[in-house]
Amino acid sequence: MRQTANRLKPFFENINFEREDNTMMVNFGPQHPSAHGQMRLMLELKGEEVVKATPGIGYLHRGMEKMGENMIYNEFLPTTDRMDYIASTSNNYGFALAVEKLLGIEAPRRAEVIRTMLLELNRIMSHLFWLATHALDVGAMSVFLYAFREREYAMDLIEDYCGARLTHSAVRIGGVPLDLPQNWCEDLETFINNFEKEINRYEGLLTENRIWKMRLENVGVINEELAKSWGCTGIVLRAAGVKWDLRKEMPYGLYSELDFNVPIASTGDSYGRYKCYIQEMRETAKILRQLIPMYKDSDSQLMTHAPEYISASKEDIMTQNYSLMQHFVLVTQGMRPPKGEIYVATESPKGELGYMIVSDGSPYAYRMKLRGPSFWHTGVLEDLLPGHQLADVVTIIGNLNIVFGEIDR
Amino acid sequence: MRKYTPKQDVQKKSYFSDRFYITPSTPKKEVSSDEVYDYDIKLLSDKFEILESYIEIEELVVYINPEDNVNILTFFKEALDYEMLMELSAIDYIAQRGGFEIFYEMLSLTKRKRVRIKTFIKEKQELNSVYEVFKMANWSEREMYDMFGIRVINHPNLKRIIMPDDWYDHPLRKTYPLQGDEAASWYEVDKIFGKDAREEIGPEIRDSAAIDRYDTKRFARLGHEVPYGVDITDGKEPEHTPLAYQEEGGVPLVKKFDENKSVTLKKRK
Repeated sequence: MRQTANRLKPFFENINFEREDNTMMVNFGPQHPSAHGQMRLMLELKGEEVVKATPGIGYLHRGMEKMGENMIYNEFLPTTDRMDYIASTSNNYGFALAVEKLLGIEAPRRAEVIRTMLLELNRIMSHLFWLATHALDVGAMSVFLYAFREREYAMDLIEDYCGARLTHSAVRIGGVPLDLPQNWCEDLETFINNFEKEINRYEGLLTENRIWKMRLENVGVINEELAKSWGCTGIVLRAAGVKWDLRKEMPYGLYSELDFNVPIASTGDSYGRYKCYIQEMRETAKILRQLIPMYKDSDSQLMTHAPEYISASKEDIMTQNYSLMQHFVLVTQGMRPPKGEIYVATESPKGELGYMIVSDGSPYAYRMKLRGPSFWHTGVLEDLLPGHQLADVVTIIGNLNIVFGEIDR
Repeated sequence: MRKYTPKQDVQKKSYFSDRFYITPSTPKKEVSSDEVYDYDIKLLSDKFEILESYIEIEELVVYINPEDNVNILTFFKEALDYEMLMELSAIDYIAQRGGFEIFYEMLSLTKRKRVRIKTFIKEKQELNSVYEVFKMANWSEREMYDMFGIRVINHPNLKRIIMPDDWYDHPLRKTYPLQGDEAASWYEVDKIFGKDAREEIGPEIRDSAAIDRYDTKRFARLGHEVPYGVDITDGKEPEHTPLAYQEEGGVPLVKKFDENKSVTLKKRK
């Protein structure tokens, strides 16, 4: 059927194009560069104003929860990388911590220091990625280039440690596999020194920028009530004026020993969230600085000693008969955690990342529920977008920092 | 007809279990051992029936009747200050007990405590939506319906959320197969090209890590490049393949790449 330029004949997707009530349906995605992945957003527009928004997800569904139920625990760990692939160590860590708590073991101190270093580096990488892509969406091209350069250096550091740049799997259940390479701490320090200067540059480009403020201020206001009701966590909740950071309020790992502040904003709009992100990057740099002496003070054990669940060190496996047997059983059949349930939440760069593991005592989890914070940050769009202009939709989606790996899982 | 195999639970199983192994359980404590939880449970038990409650790994677990779920969640939110519902889903116990266990994971920002509220429903039993109390239940319950097929009543929009609308069955049930069968793998080929094309097209490569070193069309051989599509199965490779892909005359503004003059950097500049 031929179409004339000004009168679309109703067929296929144009069926709902124009309707009786004079609203227009716009299909935003699933292949839209500023949808940050595979999101289909069905917008009902009156002029340029959004009347109704229906986010559609599931285009990146890989059935991770099902995979978690059919893999032994160590096997599943690299899969968690693919949830929030912008900050994969945070997923690894959340999972490892959940299993460790279920087993009742604790990682040695040096492992915990290295993990926290990686976590915070990942937080910087994730925030930089957010800043870069969000600024690009709103129209600030140069910030994208500056932020990606710095992110590249952070990725180099991670690459020096574990060899991978995006999907690290650098955390193991019970510790970390490797010690830091030589001069890594010095490199880290150089990076932090440089990074702290760079943040001021991003701020110089954006914070008082008139266009940036016009695009962000009073756009996408999520107040405290809406955030709590929709299960929004992380920066979205903090920008709504709630001082809630799991690292501070329900500390895990080393966070109770570290000195850092939790930035909050009272406005709840996109600009408030932007300020929180920037400030949080500074706090993260502060944490990293404190970790370097902690690393030097810790002794060299990297994996916890729990022969029932964790393989012995390579040296023991090669020399001790019993260690080799136990390693063989753990690799071929997997560890058998006690029967029970656990929910462990950690503060990922995006918000509360939760792992719910139900174990029936077999080497496979009976049920694994993964709580990706972005899932509800996408859900809230349903209530958030109506009333906004079409141009603001891009700002809001970019600003909420949603990553589809952890939404669809 | 294909051979019937019972599919009550098709999940992966460990192939060996020690006969004398006794599965331990996570330590469970009395509620009275924690002041805050104890107080919460006392207030709660005055109004509602509690089937069981204990503390498992620093978290309160409460079993309730499925009919009370909305009222109890409201009570937790308004009277006990658990103002956020973090997670909500189900656990498949159809094979063991003929139903699902639903859990609601709640968080109190003021008390810094978590509570897991659990309830058991039969396979076809319907559950009340908690959307009126927490908006996040809108998406969570949709996901639960999508993954387990649990019908939720009073839900504003109970549609599949992750799987396509016309999907058959619910993936997270233990009865859901882990692999498609033989017929399913040929479905598209048969439909589009007919059964005769099976031989020509060949089975689908499911191994994403499959590598064929002789396939010069789909795999690059770094350091040992050969021209596209050249047959090297006999082991004879051209001695040198130029790496410059540029046109003979060159492209305006683009410097011509000279292989002999190129340098590999030892260190980042």
